[in-house]
Amino acid sequence: MRQSLNEGQQILTNLLIDMGKKVEDILEGCMESLKSLDRSKAEFWIAQDQLVNDFERQVDDECVRLIATQQPVAKDLRKIISAMKISTDLERMADLATDIAKVVRRIEGPLCKPLVDVPLMAEKALSMMSQGLEAYSNEDMTLAHNLSAQDDEVDHLYKQVVRDLLVIMSEKPDNLDQGMYLTFVGRYLERIADHATNIGENVIYIATAERKDLNK
Amino acid sequence: MGQSLSVRKLEAWYGSNQTLKGINMEIIPNQVTAIIGPSGCGKSTFVRCINRMHETLPGTKVKGEIILDGESVYDQDPVALRKSVGMVFQKANPFPSMSIYENVVAGLRLNGMKSKQKLQATAEKSLRMAALWDEVKDRLNYSGMSLSGGQQQRLCIARALAVEPSVLLMDEPASALDPIATTHIEELIRQLKENYTILIVTHNMQQAARIADSTAFFLNGELVEHGPTSDIFTNPHDKRTEDYITGRFG
Repeated sequence: MRQSLNEGQQILTNLLIDMGKKVEDILEGCMESLKSLDRSKAEFWIAQDQLVNDFERQVDDECVRLIATQQPVAKDLRKIISAMKISTDLERMADLATDIAKVVRRIEGPLCKPLVDVPLMAEKALSMMSQGLEAYSNEDMTLAHNLSAQDDEVDHLYKQVVRDLLVIMSEKPDNLDQGMYLTFVGRYLERIADHATNIGENVIYIATAERKDLNK
Repeated sequence: MGQSLSVRKLEAWYGSNQTLKGINMEIIPNQVTAIIGPSGCGKSTFVRCINRMHETLPGTKVKGEIILDGESVYDQDPVALRKSVGMVFQKANPFPSMSIYENVVAGLRLNGMKSKQKLQATAEKSLRMAALWDEVKDRLNYSGMSLSGGQQQRLCIARALAVEPSVLLMDEPASALDPIATTHIEELIRQLKENYTILIVTHNMQQAARIADSTAFFLNGELVEHGPTSDIFTNPHDKRTEDYITGRFG
């Protein structure tokens, strides 16, 4: 029944999963460029952002096509609207990831502190994104709800990163520039995790039609 | 396999009333092409010209060309043409005095097929293609009229398929059906396009959007726009098409 609509929804799910994999590659690449302060790697990953923008356009086009031709209602409609919103979240995540690589353009090495919590934030944010997309793909409400607690962990790490950097900057003013940029990186990662919780919120909306805030 | 249709400068009249005013249209094989437009725009006349039914009415006239797989339909015997261009109508019209089985094989019998084995095999194949076999296989000798409206329409589709056409014309095939039966017919049309070229006339724009690969908008006997369905319904080029599909006239 409604084979065309089902096929269209599967196309959307596949696009979002592929888009998520590209975001994952970009964030991992941008973090590598930060750790090694490798500007050519940073430029490479900044350019990759265009691929995610292309994915977003493909998702938009498929959603528009499905709405115009298949007249989705109820859960079908919520799923398509949510796919558009999730693709916007993924696109923003890729922008924030490349913002990290743009920091590499401005930092003069060596790093004022070993990066420990910052990569951990990236790892957790990526894991949240993967779980969000898995929750979307399988309509897994439990997985979606679990994102809230993980977002709290990322928020906690962000505060820790800011505290550490404040100490370093106050002890040695030469580190002010770098400390500020690394604080930005922490902020970008914290925002990436917020976008991952938005994916979870959309999964809950698809299943229940209720708006839930997972990012309190 | 479905065959291509090429329509060139097609004009049609009922008496002095010109209902088609020079239609040029290429119909791609193995696709569903929907014809939409307000009442009186000429969409039914258009499909009735393709299997030369229009000219059977008194006072009618046709000009122009319709090329089916390289040959003008006007160079073909109308009866032979209607074997390769099947038609399904708005209202299911099984032959009332015939059983389900007899309805399906009626066309074959008219064409002289006598082998019981072949008739039975074709009946089963056609009913399967029309997604009706499982529902009727145990009551093939019941009257065709004993079926529900949706089943009767699928029986008529099976009857049309039995003579192995390459083109299937459908004039509002689901307009008299409930939403469940409509979905059955729409899914069936989607599957049939693998083997047939399908033209469907519909008042229901949503139906055209759901099932058609390409859509043509007719207005006052003219073809205003013809293109991929997703383009017609998301970015029509002609303002009249946009006004019609958005419900601003018609």
